[in-house]
This record gives sequence, C-alpha cells and structure tokens, in this order.
Amino acid sequence: MALPAAALFFVFHTVPALQGLFYSFTDSRGYGSWDFVGLDNYVRLFQDGDVLDSYVFTLGFAVVSTFAANIISILLALALSANIRFRSFMRSVYFLPAILSVIVVSYIFNTIFSTGVPQIGKALGIDWLSTNILGSPDTAWIGVVIVTVWRYCSTITVIYIAGLQTVPEDVVEAAHLDGASAWRRFWSITVPLIAPFFTINILLSFKDFVQVFDQIVALTEGGPGNATQSISFLIYRAGFAGGEFGYQSANAVVYFVIIAVLSAFQIRFHRRRETAA
Amino acid sequence: MNDSRAQSISRWLLTALLAIGSLTIAIPLYFTVVTALKSPSELRGNLWAPPQDPAWSNFSDAIETTGFFQALGNSLLVTVLSIVLVVVTNSLVGYAIARNLHKRLYRGLFVYFLTALFIPFPIVMLPLVKEMAFLGLGNLTGLVIVYVVYNLSFNVLLYVGYMSTVPVSLEEAAMLDGAGPFATFRHVIFPLLTPVNATVAILTGLWVWNDFMLPLVLLSDQAQFTLPLVQNVFQGRFTTQYNLAFSSYILALTPMVLIYLVFQRWIIGGVMHGAIK
Repeated sequence: MALPAAALFFVFHTVPALQGLFYSFTDSRGYGSWDFVGLDNYVRLFQDGDVLDSYVFTLGFAVVSTFAANIISILLALALSANIRFRSFMRSVYFLPAILSVIVVSYIFNTIFSTGVPQIGKALGIDWLSTNILGSPDTAWIGVVIVTVWRYCSTITVIYIAGLQTVPEDVVEAAHLDGASAWRRFWSITVPLIAPFFTINILLSFKDFVQVFDQIVALTEGGPGNATQSISFLIYRAGFAGGEFGYQSANAVVYFVIIAVLSAFQIRFHRRRETAA
Repeated sequence: MNDSRAQSISRWLLTALLAIGSLTIAIPLYFTVVTALKSPSELRGNLWAPPQDPAWSNFSDAIETTGFFQALGNSLLVTVLSIVLVVVTNSLVGYAIARNLHKRLYRGLFVYFLTALFIPFPIVMLPLVKEMAFLGLGNLTGLVIVYVVYNLSFNVLLYVGYMSTVPVSLEEAAMLDGAGPFATFRHVIFPLLTPVNATVAILTGLWVWNDFMLPLVLLSDQAQFTLPLVQNVFQGRFTTQYNLAFSSYILALTPMVLIYLVFQRWIIGGVMHGAIK
C-alpha cells in the first residue's frame, strides 16, 4: 500500500528535484540543446546583483514578517482566549483572512495602496500617506509585509490559541493567588508551557514567508525595478519566461540549501530554548 | 468586590480593543464590496464612500469577461477530487507506515516522505513542468496528481500520529475473522479515522482551492484555469476598471466565504488539530 505511493512520490517529486539538481550544472534554456558548464552557474550566482538583491529582500522580508506576525498573533491569541464578550464571534472574524486566497487579497490591497490610501492621505494632508507605498523602491517592501501579516496572522493566532488551551488553569490560578502579576504570569508560566507552539509557528511562518510568491505577483511583480523580487519570483520569471532554466535551477539549489540550513539552525535553537525552559 | 469589578472592566476593555482591531479586517473588505458596486464615473471620486446606486450589473459583466462559471467548475473539480483522493490514499499510506514502523523499510519511507517538507517548490518547479508536459499531464488531471502526491508529506505525519492512538487489537480481531488488510482498513480503521480525515480534508481543501502557483505553472489551456489563476490572467483586461476587477474578486472569494460561514467551527478546529500534530 505504501510502496505504490512511494513510487508516485518518487516520480512526481524526487525525479524533478534530482533533475533540477542535474540541470543546474548546465546552461539549458528549458528547450533545445544544452551543454555542461560545471560549477559556472554557481559562480555566476554569487556575482549576480539581481540574485543577491533577491536574497537580501526575501530573507529580510521573511524575518520582519515572521517577527511582526508572531508578536501580533500571540497578543491576539491571548485576547481571544480571555474571558471576553462575543468570543466565538470575535474568533470567527479574526480567522476570516485565513480562508481568503492570497493572490486575490494581494490584488485588493494593491488597489487600496495605489488609490484608496493616497486619497485619505491627501484629504488629511499627511505627506507620506499620499503616495502609493508600492511605487517607491524604499517602501514597497512595507506594503508586502502589511499584506502578508494581514493575511497570515489568522492561522498563526489560531495555533497559539490551541497552545494556550493546553496550559492547565490551576497552575495559572496558583500563581495568581500567590500574587504574581499578569505580566509575570505570562512570562514565567505561560510562555515556557507553550514553547513548542512558538517553535512550530516561527518555523512554519518563516518557511512560508521565505517562499513568498503570490503577494509579489499581485502587488509589485518584483518592482519597482527589482526592489521586491523574491527568490521564488525570480526563479519563476527568469527560469520560466526568461529561458534561464539551468542558471535558475542552480539558484533553486542554493535556495534549498539555505532553507534547509536555516530550518535546521532554527530547530536546534528552539530545542535548546525549550529544554532550558 | 473590587477584584470582580476590575475584572468586568478589563473584560469590556479587551472586548472593545478587539472590536477596534477587527476594523483592520473589516475595512479592506468594506473597500472591496463598495468598489465592486460602483459605476465607472464613481471610481474617480471618493473611493471610500458607498456607491450611489449599487451597480449589480458589474457582477454579470465580470462573470462574462472572466468566464467565472468555467473557472468555478475547474476549481471545484480539482478541489473535490483532490480532497477525496488525498483522504483515501494518504490515510492508506499513513496506516501502512504506522503499522510497520518496526520494519526498517517503512521507517525509511517515513523519513523519505518527511524530508520533502523542507524542499521548497521552486527547485522542483521547472523540471516538474517539463515532466508533466512530457507525460501529457499539463492539465487538471496532472494538477490533481501533484496535489495528492505533494500533500503526502504532511498528511503522513498526521495519520501516523493519529494511528498511534488506535489499538491494534481491533485489526487483529478483524484478521482473525478472515479479513485481508484492505478490507480491515476499509471497515475497521477508516471509520475510526474520521477526526483526522476531517482535518486533512479541510487543510487540503483550503490549500488547493486558494492555490495559485501550481495552476500557474502546470496549466496551459485557459479553459482549464482555476479561480485564483483567472484573476491573474484578466488583470490586463481590467486595468483601471476597478469596479469590474473587484466584482471578480468578490465572486472568487464568495464560495470559500460561504463554506466558512457554515462550517466555521470545523474549519478552525481542523487547522488547530493540524498544528498540534
């Protein structure tokens, strides 16, 4: 039963992955003839301004978004787990973005940023709000972060809510009775107990954000210029339409190695933090 | 007395804060609905004001221009097929692996499937497209195959985890009664897997329905395009006709929103359970 599945998996996943690795050593355009170029592609990658820029943007974007999204989400989770009124309704509202398609959401925000927000900015006389933040290479990335955080906080929050539900009430009660402030209760008791959920959320959200694609397509198409060209987007655009099949395959291999290394690093970091707590 | 009054106040305060926070979700959605119902001339006016005379015809225009019903059909077909096949096949694989973890081969298979979780799609993307085209699978069938195979990694994790809570004695009893492994699975195990099947179905459905990247690279025939892809394709046609574009977005988002309204608790629960595993 498992073997046919493994066979299918091999054919549709492993084979392409190995092919990608193979073609990274060629100058293939995706069609027609090609030649082996050994490590040429890899050497070129490290000298390619576009490629380096995309790594800087993507990693920077992923770090900022992971940070922002997780901080907002844990706060939301705490609020949505507290004894508030209309709790079910609130949770439903805050989870709504999670079921919306990322690319449609991004198209909507594209229009909001380009027309809606500037209108408000002009009406209120606020300078920096009066232009399309997606139009300037310095601020476009902020727009992508905003959309990403808006769309992804929901899932992250729900996972934190699940985590908070695993905290036994009596432990928190005991601390409260002992006179510990809410702040102290949070840091010394709740946080260590939900440590695995921090790990999962940070790991998964970082991995997702590093692969950002839909938002780029709909918000900026990598622009202005190449300011918001994420790694996936570059591989897609240059590898597909641009005919740089072999070259971008090398890029993809480097990409994979970096993600694997960062993930391993993160797992070790979190493991250490979890056992220490 | 003092304590409970303070608690009551903080309760309302928190509720109020959450209500204000929910505006960040409500406002973009308001903008979307309002813009979709405007006439072209209103698009030059205040974008945040409600429409003078709701132009419901925008929806029928959008439907015609983008071939909404065809795209809807494609999305439905792919999503339903993927969910059904994923639940049936991935559970079988999970079962096979869970019950054979004492054998090295199966432990190896387990790790093999899991490692794919860390391989970013771009490295597989370019060769996969070539391979699918070569096999004549650059269509909806191929899309479903890819979804079913690629979901294996995460779902195997879910199923194996869940199987550890199912006692082996039930299968042993069935075997003693003369049932083969497949029959045992179908009649004894599968019904017991309902909770995790539900989680898998929900997570798969959400992902497949909203996915943009796979249809973008795998599909070539426009008649087969799914809803998210169609939004991208018609961007050029709509240019400044935001009202039509937004009508299209609303049409694209509505099916999922409707499902969400009805099945909220299951969906949120599904995501939570997926994360805990």
